[in-house]
Amino acid sequence: MKRVTMVCHSGDLDKMYSALIIGTGNLSMGWESSIYFTFWGLERLKKGGLDGGPLSRMNFLGLGKWFMRRKMKQANIASLQRLMDDYKELGGKIIACEMTMEVMGLKRSDLNEELIDAYGAVGTWWKDAKDSDITLFI
Amino acid sequence: MGIIVDVKGETCPIPLIETRKAIRKMNSGDELEVIGNHDASKAEIPMAVESLGEELLRIEDESDGKTWHIFIKKT
Repeated sequence: MKRVTMVCHSGDLDKMYSALIIGTGNLSMGWESSIYFTFWGLERLKKGGLDGGPLSRMNFLGLGKWFMRRKMKQANIASLQRLMDDYKELGGKIIACEMTMEVMGLKRSDLNEELIDAYGAVGTWWKDAKDSDITLFI
Repeated sequence: MGIIVDVKGETCPIPLIETRKAIRKMNSGDELEVIGNHDASKAEIPMAVESLGEELLRIEDESDGKTWHIFIKKT
């Protein structure tokens, strides 16, 4: 089966949208999807952390984020939680970076373990990426 | 068996996701009607149908010029 493999390095709100929209979109086309969460991206897998990131631009200490969320609500854009639920329901894979966990002092119990299919390092990512048709770094 | 998925008012990527979720639950020969008004999805849902190897039966437009109905058969 064809597959898209992503590295989600950013924890920014807008980039989390990019990762999950690309992931769910590819799953909807009948492809497999795998996302490797590392560095600031891994922060979003912490309990209650999914939409906790700032905007990548014009965040203005959270004011920009507040404004963007209001605009997104008006445009009826799905929440990150809904996209993540759909991503998992359609069989999307999530890998958590163990090195980042060590650096940031995170235990598995600090993360939303029910979302995570595997814990690993670059080799775990490579195993998915080497046979992928699309690879993206976000 | 006929299934209806109503995604009127929903925007990218929800119409595509809800179509995929419905097709996953269907059996061979079942038909699905997706109703929506998101422009891009009208073109993208048929792409998904082709990629998934299902059959696109027809697309109907309502007289309001916005709402579309996409009919799909699971192969």
